[in-house]
Amino acid sequence: MSDLPIPAHDFESVLEDYPIKLEHFEGPLDLLLHLIRKNEVDIYDIPILPITKQYLEYLDLMQEFDLDAAGEFLVMAATLIHIKARMLVPRLEQETEEEADTEDPRDVLVQRLIEHQTYKAAAELLHDRETVRSAQWGRPDERITGIAGAPFEREFEADLFGLLQAFEAVLKRARERLGVEVPGEAVSIETRTRQLMERLSETEACGFDDLFDGAHSRGDLITTFLALLEMIRLKLIRVFQSGTLGPIRVYLCGRPQGTPPTKEAGDRSQETGESRKNASKPD
Amino acid sequence: MSDELKPIIEALIFASPDPLTLKTLFRLLDEEPPEDVERALEALQADYDARGGLQMVQVAGGYQICTRPEFHEWVRRLFHEHSKQRLSVQALETLAVIAYKQPITGPEIAEIRGVNTSAVVGTLLERQLVKVVGRRPVVGRPFLYATTREFLNRFGLSDLGDLPKVEEMAEALGMEVPLGLATPGPATESLPFEDASEVPEDPETTPPEQVH
Repeated sequence: MSDLPIPAHDFESVLEDYPIKLEHFEGPLDLLLHLIRKNEVDIYDIPILPITKQYLEYLDLMQEFDLDAAGEFLVMAATLIHIKARMLVPRLEQETEEEADTEDPRDVLVQRLIEHQTYKAAAELLHDRETVRSAQWGRPDERITGIAGAPFEREFEADLFGLLQAFEAVLKRARERLGVEVPGEAVSIETRTRQLMERLSETEACGFDDLFDGAHSRGDLITTFLALLEMIRLKLIRVFQSGTLGPIRVYLCGRPQGTPPTKEAGDRSQETGESRKNASKPD
Repeated sequence: MSDELKPIIEALIFASPDPLTLKTLFRLLDEEPPEDVERALEALQADYDARGGLQMVQVAGGYQICTRPEFHEWVRRLFHEHSKQRLSVQALETLAVIAYKQPITGPEIAEIRGVNTSAVVGTLLERQLVKVVGRRPVVGRPFLYATTREFLNRFGLSDLGDLPKVEEMAEALGMEVPLGLATPGPATESLPFEDASEVPEDPETTPPEQVH
């Protein structure tokens, strides 16, 4: 059994290195391997004292951040302290009992660490194989969701911000177009809602901007916008936007054909990128 | 004979959605002597080895015709997206443990990994990369897990003997790896449930030979 090759104070504190990235280690074995590598010590001759010290420092940090994560790490801490204690005992009896050196209390841990390291290496090699394999295209391939020649835009339900932005653009254009405002007959929101419903029932989907075509005054534009907001609230229509600043399209709810992509489908595809159904789009 | 067989086999392998096994080939071409089929297959393999953009690979116990990986960047342009859901490091490492130690129980995996792995194993089951192949006759009768055909397919392995070797790992690590640590068990041998009647109805407990 060797003495500690490096005095404990020569080890820098882990606290400086890992102030936040606690989730980096998946388990106690990962953390131990990291400490061994960081300190450049021999895995077969781990200086238990400084490594344990660093390990516990890290554990303190971890508990500060996330108490739940520490369970498995605590078991390892106990193991380390146990090894440390066992290593101290034979040293006191060494003069009387030579054979105390034959069994190293670190052996079991070292075996586990090497095994763990081996599987990590295996996982990396497997990952390499996976990368090569994913670059081999067979047919038919389930990964295909669409041919690049036929672009499709993924639409998401437009939020209030998007609507306001679009309306602002409509107002700006109207300012140039309308010129002198002629006070006309004021249309109520209810009437406008009915008009819009009528218009939407004629087409599958309508561009947001197009709905403002007939408006003849600023007030009229605002009436249309308020009517649209009301219709969204009443779930009479749904508005979808492709991209953050993309065009907004308005769909009537409950249309049997050409129904817009449901919000759920859109969300899922964004999260996983796996949903293959959303290649179909209303258009 | 082999001259006629070669294009037929090529067509079959090309048209098959899954890697075409030798067994299936024999069945489809049962009027031909198996030696001829094998010989034609060899000739076909040689053709593909000399070919440009395509290659014939042995994967998941079968043959497949696919593009060469070096043309990935070009082929990729054809498609909007292709990214398979990536496996986390933890999932990959757990999968490695199962691949080399199979059949293995949940507690045994956790022992090697030093962490609770039931959630990760659940993910791997869901992705059909591992399956339940039986139970260990110990206290609690824990499930035994093994890798699937999909696992072989995803990682481009023809069988379990094709897993990265100990020497490769030693090279990657830059140190010696104790022998016996990472030697996979016999190839895709299925372990029957010791008593099928006791096994609860579970979609995961289907016989391993079944193609999903």
